Amino acid sequence: MNPSCLLTLLIFTPWAGALLLFVLRRWLPVGLSRTLPVVFSLSTLILGLVALGRFDPAVTGLQLTENQPWIRALNVHYHLGLDGLSLVLVLLTGIISPLALFGTTRSIRCPAIHGALFLLLQGSALGVFLALDFFPWFVFWELSLVPAFFLIKLWGGPGAARAAYQFVIYTIGGSAFLLLGFAALYANAGTFDFIQLADLARSGALAAKLGGGFWPQAIFLGVLLGLAVKVPLFPFHAWLPPAYAEAPTGTSMFLTGVMSKMGAYGFLRILWPIFPAPLHAAAGPLLWLALGGVVFSAFAALKQTDLKRMVAYSSVNHLSYCLLALFAVAASGPSNPAATTSALSGTILQLFNHGLSAAALFFCVGVLESRAGGLRGLGDFGGVRTAAPVFAGLCGIALFSSLGLPGLNGFVGEFLIFRGVFGLAPWAAAIATLGLLATALFLLTFWQRVFHGPAAGAGVNFRDLDATEIVTLVPFVALMFVLGIFPQLLAGLINPLVTTWAATLP
Amino acid sequence: MNALPCTIYVSFTGALLALVLGSRSAMAARVVALLTALTAWGITLAAATSFVPMAGLQELVNVPWIPEFGIHYHLAVDGISLTLLVLTGLAATAGILFSWNITERTGEFFALYLALIGGVYGVFLSADAFVLFVFYEIAIVPKYFLIAKWGSTNREYGAMKLVLYSFAGSALVLAGLLWAYAAGHATGFGFTELVAATGRLDLTSQTGILALVFLGFATLAGMFPMHTWAPTGHVAAPTGASMLLAGVVMKLGAYGCLRVALPLSPAAFVLLQPWIAWLAIIGIIYAGFVALVQDDFKFVIGYSSVSHMGFVLLGLAAANPVAVSGAVLQMFSHGVIAGLLFAVVGRMVYERTHTRQLADLRALPLHRLLPFAAVVFVLAGLASMGLPGFSGFPAELTILIGTWQARPLWALAAAAGVLIAAAFTLRVIAVAFFSRTGPEREVPVAPAASHPLAPITWPEKVGALLLLGATIYLGLSPDTLLDWIRPALQSPAFHAILSGGAS
Repeated sequence: MNPSCLLTLLIFTPWAGALLLFVLRRWLPVGLSRTLPVVFSLSTLILGLVALGRFDPAVTGLQLTENQPWIRALNVHYHLGLDGLSLVLVLLTGIISPLALFGTTRSIRCPAIHGALFLLLQGSALGVFLALDFFPWFVFWELSLVPAFFLIKLWGGPGAARAAYQFVIYTIGGSAFLLLGFAALYANAGTFDFIQLADLARSGALAAKLGGGFWPQAIFLGVLLGLAVKVPLFPFHAWLPPAYAEAPTGTSMFLTGVMSKMGAYGFLRILWPIFPAPLHAAAGPLLWLALGGVVFSAFAALKQTDLKRMVAYSSVNHLSYCLLALFAVAASGPSNPAATTSALSGTILQLFNHGLSAAALFFCVGVLESRAGGLRGLGDFGGVRTAAPVFAGLCGIALFSSLGLPGLNGFVGEFLIFRGVFGLAPWAAAIATLGLLATALFLLTFWQRVFHGPAAGAGVNFRDLDATEIVTLVPFVALMFVLGIFPQLLAGLINPLVTTWAATLP
Repeated sequence: MNALPCTIYVSFTGALLALVLGSRSAMAARVVALLTALTAWGITLAAATSFVPMAGLQELVNVPWIPEFGIHYHLAVDGISLTLLVLTGLAATAGILFSWNITERTGEFFALYLALIGGVYGVFLSADAFVLFVFYEIAIVPKYFLIAKWGSTNREYGAMKLVLYSFAGSALVLAGLLWAYAAGHATGFGFTELVAATGRLDLTSQTGILALVFLGFATLAGMFPMHTWAPTGHVAAPTGASMLLAGVVMKLGAYGCLRVALPLSPAAFVLLQPWIAWLAIIGIIYAGFVALVQDDFKFVIGYSSVSHMGFVLLGLAAANPVAVSGAVLQMFSHGVIAGLLFAVVGRMVYERTHTRQLADLRALPLHRLLPFAAVVFVLAGLASMGLPGFSGFPAELTILIGTWQARPLWALAAAAGVLIAAAFTLRVIAVAFFSRTGPEREVPVAPAASHPLAPITWPEKVGALLLLGATIYLGLSPDTLLDWIRPALQSPAFHAILSGGAS
């Protein structure tokens, strides 16, 4: 295999699988149409591990790059590359996608089409994590919406039509301004390449080209808006709870595990390097928005009676920590390198850990839902632990991972974020602890109401996990322990990168 | 290359042949029409392969026609006209494939259809304003009969409105050009001669001439507020004609704006530029909102055309090489996408379900009854939304970049149009094709769904794949066309007007 096309293979193997499934959908036997998507989805993990083998953590630049001219008229290049941040997210995609497909594919209608759409989504997400030129990046960014829309709409719950429409319109609404922002950047700088734009920004040439006045701010706001809707940053999060709640379980797992990372990745890869000065200027108010996300979404989750919406709000909460750390870093500048490094490492670890725990939780809610005939209210269950000890054990670990219990993966990321934010903006960290408190409250409520007490509702005669479900959940839980105890496995990949970021802060 | 004028003659000959043979056998008329369209398209593609992009028009034919007035039968081509010639060939071929099921007076239908195509080829090849005008007028007549005889809902009204607007637009153009010719003592109707004649007048007259000519052509391109003929006419037209009218004939107006109107007077253009741009932007946004609330499926597509043509006009108004190259790319892209959308709505859906009301279609699980139509419409809709990977994206992106260089505020307003396009397209995709989903809601069987709809025929599949292939190919490789268009914009004719902007 030519080493230089590894990343292309990473992106397009799922797409090739999608095409194959779509073409052969009529002729494939049912069994094969359920297993083939999983196999193709697994390719990401395998190729991701190959990339991990070739990856040199000590090099902080982009590795395994591919750069081909694509559209000369617009100076567009097919430019892919990988650094620690991308690698972590590629591995996350490789872990979550096959498990999400494997765990849910039994009960899915039209498995071939579903698998094709899912693989299309997976490939697009990988493209977003690997593309280094705005044009291909935006292709993947926008194309990911299409399969997500259909997965939610056609396989989702009763409110899926509205939720899917809202999800896509919100995101495209943001993207339209993101697109305009980049059109304006190109009009002034003549390139779409993230790396070149970041270099121009670092040398101050970009600001000079954009000139003064209102428009450079507007470009920044456009790009910010596009990314903020995707993460989502409070108050642009209204699309998220319905979309996650109405989506079928496997799609919810992917949306929260992988797709929600696309926005946060955009902040780290695009917004911060290309607009360091405007971000620094805007970081104060943005920090408040991130805080709002941390606190309000935790309290909103506390109010939910639908378990899936509860987990969805907890996703907003967890991702807001990442933004909180980033904005704290951007606001305070190079004042405290140790805290900065800690906050940024925490952000990347949190992205990975949240992916694991939230995907696992969505799967657990899916299990509850499938046993209860579609019910997933907080009050619909009781005493599940006695009837289903294995399920209770695994789900409990996922809950405590999400809660940030030391020894499990979730703790490390949140600890580093809090450690960093305390050094940079102590008051923000203090307010954010309110969110921690509410998170603990609602996750414990979930645990108590569903698993403890006398068997009630659908908890009576609750069937414990079968082999497929155990095989799906065990890798999640195992990783939670492994990364909780040996966080350096992941941190080692990103440390040099983060240290460089912290050292080159403007 | 030198065979390009044959596209005109082949089309008119084909029209005659279809008329004669059509009286005996409908199938003969169809085959003749298809072969004619394919031949003409083949000629344009052959010319495209040997085309060497350069600044300025490349002469094809130039013979005196009415020497007393300095009128020449003058045909020439550059990258811009070649782009639109290839589009015409493609849209005509696809349109004939989607008209395969016409059984009523088939020969006449295809004769008129080919005559329309011949006129369109003539307009794109003309290098003399008078010749351009003649070909344009030739094209108007078949439009009327195609709609009035083979159309659907409200066809007489739609046909009459469309034709009246067309004549009104061309009358404005004629008035403007005659003003320039007479007052400026032009030696002929060649584009350069008219520009020189206009240049001899004072600024007020120049502004008047430019306003008349631009407004006339812009009416044909569906510029707000003279756009109302477009949705009405295109909805009433039979599918093949809708595809050609929205896909290609609207481009005649935009092409006229670019080729004839813009170069006339740079000084006057500066005065009119903000007006044109804001009318284009209002068109983008207003038509988008109107499309969002339509109950008739075909009207959604009709208004979406107006919205997309707004982008073309905005690109022209921004008047720098980047924006204008984007506008030409958008002309091609919209030609293909509008053709596809009309094909799905008018032919694949309407002629099977006999309803275009979104409320009725909501009751049908169309994605299950017509999976092919659903997939094609989804892809065409995504292309129409300007999703990357399809031709609309590089076109709109280029227009936005160029517009930003001219006036950031215009670009900002147009970006809102992108969002509205997404909203109305997604709405019709969801309502028309995917409204009845989920196993639990399958139970009540609508009367139309109880007997299966006729399967999608081969001509429909081939036509759809042709157009889909074109939009995806251009989405991935817009350089193919931009390499033709950009050198053409370096021509001296555009030099004064397309000043500024990086290229």
